[in-house]
Amino acid sequence: MSASHAIDCDIHPGVPSIKALLPYMSDYWREAFVARGQDNFQPASYLPNSPLACRTDWRDGDTIAGSNFDLLQKHALDGFGSSLAICNVLYGGSFSISETMGQAICSAVNDWVKAQWLDRDPRLRASIVVPTQNPALAVEEIERLADDHRFVQVLMPVGLETMLGKQHYWPIFEAAARHDLPIGLHAGSLYRYAPTTNGWPSHYLQDYVSNTHAFESQLLSLIAQGVFLKFPRLKMVLIESGVTWLPGFLWRARKTWRAVRPEVPWVNESPIDIVRRHVRLTAQPIDGPSDPAILERVLNQIGSEDMLLFASDYPHWQFDGDQVIAAGVPERVRTKMMHDNPLATYPRLRETLQ
Amino acid sequence: MTTSGEPGTFCHSRPGEFVRCPWHSWEFDLRTGQSWCDPRRFRTRPYELSVEPGSSVPGPYKAETFGVTVEDRYIVVEL
Repeated sequence: MSASHAIDCDIHPGVPSIKALLPYMSDYWREAFVARGQDNFQPASYLPNSPLACRTDWRDGDTIAGSNFDLLQKHALDGFGSSLAICNVLYGGSFSISETMGQAICSAVNDWVKAQWLDRDPRLRASIVVPTQNPALAVEEIERLADDHRFVQVLMPVGLETMLGKQHYWPIFEAAARHDLPIGLHAGSLYRYAPTTNGWPSHYLQDYVSNTHAFESQLLSLIAQGVFLKFPRLKMVLIESGVTWLPGFLWRARKTWRAVRPEVPWVNESPIDIVRRHVRLTAQPIDGPSDPAILERVLNQIGSEDMLLFASDYPHWQFDGDQVIAAGVPERVRTKMMHDNPLATYPRLRETLQ
Repeated sequence: MTTSGEPGTFCHSRPGEFVRCPWHSWEFDLRTGQSWCDPRRFRTRPYELSVEPGSSVPGPYKAETFGVTVEDRYIVVEL
């Protein structure tokens, strides 16, 4: 289905090389990266040549997927007729072990996005990438860019150094909520902690699939620690979560909460109601069987038409042709997810259209 | 009943006003039978209770009794 004038909530401009970021770094870091010869801070979840990293008809030789501005314009913006698209850059700053290097890379990525993407096409918006390794530095980066309302979200990997609901991360939530920036939680991790509770998997298959565990545990952590009570305006967008794991998780969370509620008395309503109010999900990829009727049934089980956000996940290979919205997404949800839901989720997009 | 207005704080109040299901741990208000977690959907069956002066009810009532003896290590109840 073509999605004319839709708001694409997840596209991925690729950083072609650390060289592209050097102009946006301090003298120290410019010299350091050149002297050390460090490059290729692509996340391990999207190895450049893996099929998932880029659809074959969107590849540009051996270049990093999504790094060609003209092709992104042609494939993602013109190709799907999107009126706006949110750039989520996945690069090393969010997961480097050094906090200060993380800060340097994140700042450079944000300034590079401004100069090389946002300034070149008025349809583009972006997430602020932040060094989650140090929440104080992350807040500094949010404050540095918050006045530019083309930044509409704060991006974090879903797999972090600790549970997301802990007070350690609250300064990030406070700054994000104050600036009307939802937190985008993107599939992936820091790649130095085991992605499953049973340790390190042997294969990429396990690593990729186990992302849903991370989404479940981080979402429940946010609920159980009372983050949404503390920051009632805060919205979380789960990006590339797969979506269909949600109903079973919600039932389990609600059932258990009813029984052990006194240990988290600040959770004074059902986790399902909290999630429906505060959480949104990008709808590519969407994990379902080939029978669209079954996918439709699962989506109806979520019990809200407000939660799905249209997303192409360009250039990742999640679908073929122009079927950005999976067959089985109910008709009434299709219209909402392309326009109304993104506008309700991202206050800064509403400003743009007014 | 444990409530809270702020993450990390606990307010313990209304002692003796709730019963907790031994199976699911759901809490029910003794006065209404309504559950705390979902009062609109879940309630236990309430029974009318009142305190009346002894003169207003027929009686006197006498509880049924059963003979009980202790034989070695067993308590035997005769029905």
